Amino acid sequence: MKFTLSWLKEHLDTDASLETILQACNDIGLEVEGVENPAEKLNGFFVAKVLTAGPHPQADKLQILTVDGGQGVLQVVCGAPNARAGLVGVFGVEGATVPANGMVLRKAAIRGVESNGMMCSTRELELGEDHEGIIELPADTPIGTAFADYARLDDPVIDLSITPNRQDCMGVRGIARDLAAAGIGALRPLEDVVAQLPGITAQGAGPDVRVEDSEGCPAFFARSVAGVTNGPSPDWLQQRLKAVGQKPISALVDVTNYVMLGLGRPLHVYDRATLKGALVARKAKSGEEVLALNGKSYVLDETMTVIVDDEAVHDIGGIMGGEHSGAQDGTTDVLIECAYFTPESIAKTGQKLNLTSDARQRFERGVDPAFLGEGLDIATRLVLHLCGGKASEITRAGEPPVTPKIVDYDPARCLSLAGVDVDAATQRTILEKLGFGIEATAPVIEMQDGSPVEISAGRWKVTVPTWRRDVDGAADLVEEVVRIHGLDKVPSTPLPRVPGVAKPTATPEQMMERRVRRAAAARGLNEAINWSFISEKEAATVGGGDWTLANPISEDLKVMRPSLLPGLLSAARRNSDRGASSIRLFEIGRRYFRAADGSSDERLTVGVVLAGDKAPRGWATGKAQPFTAYDAKAEALALLAAAGAPVGNLQMMGDAGAAYHPGQSGTLRLGPKAILAEYGVLHPNLAKQFGLSGTVVAVQIFLNAIPQKRKNGFMRPPYAPPALQSVTRDFAFLVPENVEGDSLVRAVKGADKKHIVDARLFDIFTGAGVETGQKSLAIEVTLQPGDKSFTEEELTAISAAVVKAAAKLGGTLRG
Amino acid sequence: MTEIAALKAGLLADLDGADTPERVEELRVGALGKQGVITALLKTLGAMTPEERQVRGPAIHDLRQSLTDAIAAKKTAMEQAIMDARLATEKLDMTLPVDMAGQGSVHPVSQVMDELAEIFADMGFAVATGPEVEDDWRNFTALNIPETHPARAMHDTFYFPDQDAEGRAMLLRTHTSPVQVRTMTSQEPPIRIIAPGRVYRSDSDATHTPMFHQIEGLVIDKGIHLGHLKWTLETFLKAFFERDDIVLRLRPSYFPFTEPSVEVDVGYTLINGQRVIGGSGDDDNGGWLEVLGSGMVNRRVIEACGLDPDEWQGFAFGTGVDRLAMLKYGMNDLRAFFDGDLRWLRHYGFTALDIPTLSGGVGA
Repeated sequence: MKFTLSWLKEHLDTDASLETILQACNDIGLEVEGVENPAEKLNGFFVAKVLTAGPHPQADKLQILTVDGGQGVLQVVCGAPNARAGLVGVFGVEGATVPANGMVLRKAAIRGVESNGMMCSTRELELGEDHEGIIELPADTPIGTAFADYARLDDPVIDLSITPNRQDCMGVRGIARDLAAAGIGALRPLEDVVAQLPGITAQGAGPDVRVEDSEGCPAFFARSVAGVTNGPSPDWLQQRLKAVGQKPISALVDVTNYVMLGLGRPLHVYDRATLKGALVARKAKSGEEVLALNGKSYVLDETMTVIVDDEAVHDIGGIMGGEHSGAQDGTTDVLIECAYFTPESIAKTGQKLNLTSDARQRFERGVDPAFLGEGLDIATRLVLHLCGGKASEITRAGEPPVTPKIVDYDPARCLSLAGVDVDAATQRTILEKLGFGIEATAPVIEMQDGSPVEISAGRWKVTVPTWRRDVDGAADLVEEVVRIHGLDKVPSTPLPRVPGVAKPTATPEQMMERRVRRAAAARGLNEAINWSFISEKEAATVGGGDWTLANPISEDLKVMRPSLLPGLLSAARRNSDRGASSIRLFEIGRRYFRAADGSSDERLTVGVVLAGDKAPRGWATGKAQPFTAYDAKAEALALLAAAGAPVGNLQMMGDAGAAYHPGQSGTLRLGPKAILAEYGVLHPNLAKQFGLSGTVVAVQIFLNAIPQKRKNGFMRPPYAPPALQSVTRDFAFLVPENVEGDSLVRAVKGADKKHIVDARLFDIFTGAGVETGQKSLAIEVTLQPGDKSFTEEELTAISAAVVKAAAKLGGTLRG
Repeated sequence: MTEIAALKAGLLADLDGADTPERVEELRVGALGKQGVITALLKTLGAMTPEERQVRGPAIHDLRQSLTDAIAAKKTAMEQAIMDARLATEKLDMTLPVDMAGQGSVHPVSQVMDELAEIFADMGFAVATGPEVEDDWRNFTALNIPETHPARAMHDTFYFPDQDAEGRAMLLRTHTSPVQVRTMTSQEPPIRIIAPGRVYRSDSDATHTPMFHQIEGLVIDKGIHLGHLKWTLETFLKAFFERDDIVLRLRPSYFPFTEPSVEVDVGYTLINGQRVIGGSGDDDNGGWLEVLGSGMVNRRVIEACGLDPDEWQGFAFGTGVDRLAMLKYGMNDLRAFFDGDLRWLRHYGFTALDIPTLSGGVGA
């Protein structure tokens, strides 16, 4: 909301400085977005008279002027064709900056003749487009006046950000009222503000307007003015509109904008010559079309309120007028519409049509329903003032929804909700200045120890002003009091604290996430945060997503990711493109699925991508080493361990899915079904789709599938290290080639659970001495004796059990 | 006697002159071996008279002991010399580079979330979470933002074409505030939570990304008022920036889910062109930065969540986690947060051991 200081002061009687006013605006919740004084860029430009004009000896098109700008007579070289003796114009002195081009004026020789400053065109001063000649002012303009003062440009433009609840401040008057309540001057009565406008002597009946859609447009007030002369508005009005960024159109249109900006009251003016029959507010018919003032055509539906005559739609009610029926230069008879449109319906229509306007902004926030007649009167008087003509009676179709709102309020609520004790009298003053009506019930007074004590200040019945649609409860009144009284006066009050050291608050899931994150970083992985949404194409590479946005910001960010891999692979690709040789990335984030009941099923997941070199070429290690599937497995196991998963009990199985190399990937499961992790070499097709070369390995860990240990205090189970040292025995078995290492190890471990505490595969061999179709697996078995050392017989028995277990998998002890 | 002394001197001199282990062994065998001179002398002891033995015995034993000790010392010295010679040949260039484990890092957003959790835990706040794919009731309606409310236009919402079982439109949450609703509808007051997480708005430029992180705070209790909110925010920001000169400026504002609503600016000082949080924004070189939206929870929200607003009241606040990270650690481009550039991650990221603690300071 932009306005000028002088405009504000029309409504607000104050001598407060601009700085004080801006500070007050911020303090009371009218956030200052910016302030600019157009006069500042016109420093050094003065009203000046050309005393003499003579030819330049070196140039036909230049003249040598002597100029009096109030600082003595100066010689100026000028190229303007209209420069002549006696002309009064605008002179920029040495040191002034030309607004249009930033040039600083200096004393200079132009074609050998000294020039001290510049006579300016409107374009050079950014006041218009004219560059044909220099500005010509009336001959009696006082010489030496700062041009900004003369042109009344010394008027700071203030820009406030108005929150959506404050429609009343979408007009200068509302802002003035708020400032007055905050002690910045006094609000002038509206009659005084418009006192200089001509009165209305109504002649003839009001125009024929009707309301057929009382839901969307409960009230439609109108008046016609006959015999007007439309044309450009006077300078003061044009200047005021231009200052706040509105383009002056014509007096009739400018009046509507002026009343809207000044009083928060949107209006519309129709050229009666374009209308046939009565103007009716009704619901649009589906498919009806209107060409709006912005030059665009809109197709309407039956939920939208429109203003129509016998033939056509002329207005998208409360949002934008029609191109064909607006006031034009030749317009002589007008109809001024002042209606009340229902905020909800305006909002819906505006959203559907994707059409915003100054009128919509105000109507959808709710204009003052009690300000139709008066608003229409003021608009009419302005039209009469600027365009002449004769006004009709007013037609009032429908009733604006003016229901007085009364809030039951206990002034003590201010202390209990805002924590600041504002005495009742101050609260009353603030609310009354804001336009609230207060009817107080008697305070409750009791005699205590022989003297009267006020038990309760008495409750108030507070009548909410009609322009404050946003206020409907005690909390709103507290807000009004506190924002005007000053939020800085709210004392900082410590939250009650439970005695003692703060208790832990993190859940097991949160602790798991933190541990995994720091374990991953400790393992040399870098945490990335990737978009939660990916492209449809990327989603398809990992099985497709359950959630696709209806209104994505781009095709690349459209589907909620079902896997962390696409985001990580894209990040890996970007790093690779930037020349990174070794890429280790991880992310902890959600995968998004849809539950059977349509709600969201979001699963916390860790993703890891390793690409490029595992180790660079080195003087000790030779060539650069690529990542292998076993690196992925190592990350998976390490991070699972950090997450608290029972790593020793996991089953290693295949079937990591289509994203992986079918022969170099696997899953880690708790039981045959619960997959805790997948890992392996990325399928070459997928790597290629993401533009990654070389071996890329990846891991996903499904944190939501990891069972959380319940904490049963801190006590560990008792433990004493065994008295006797463990012993190891090596076994080498020939097994069929398809027997997996882990199954043999598990079989060996299970051969004698009492004595075998560990088994570790340490060698694999095929080739000389091993038959084709077979392989040799060597396993180191750790045996733990109990009270006594193993006897030879016991060791033989354990060995026999191991060999027997291996035999079940087709293994034979290698001789 | 003198011949024993002479023998000893001769043997020790020979030993001293030996320069190979073989020569030492040869001398040992010659003196102490089966046929050795000292062995022969020892054998003579048996045939001596006791008087003779008393005189000669100790001399012969001394001769044997001295030579044995000398040989051992000689052997040790020679082994040491050999090892020294070998070690001299094993010299390596110790300036050669070694393989370092790669430098891993924790993302600044994660780090700041951990910092916030630590600070708020001390004030009794637990961390709550909720889904990012939300329904419009929890994201808007329950928060006093009806369908036609202009505030809905303030949020550029991402919608899904889907509805949940109750027919509610599904969307990406535009703020973390639905977690307020989820918390109030699922647990009994008193409530003190923070809710950090990803949020989404259809917006993209240098300072806006379609996905970013917010943290929500909620206190619902009896007798909680705006003064408590002010203290909480001051205390949190002082702890977060680890500065005592944090100055807040509260400005009245509007959020449908709070009443009164307060926007919070924090004062900064311009130092070498960088905004450093601390000091009053009204001081020279100072300014104000909008960092938080907050207010007393609107009674309609409390009601919508099934609580009695005449019994329970409290405050809520929300702020951008990414923004807090930028203000504290000096990044200036939000988009880089979501690019995964390893160079950026290593520069602005944190090590695994930078775990925020109250005793060690939450900042790193």
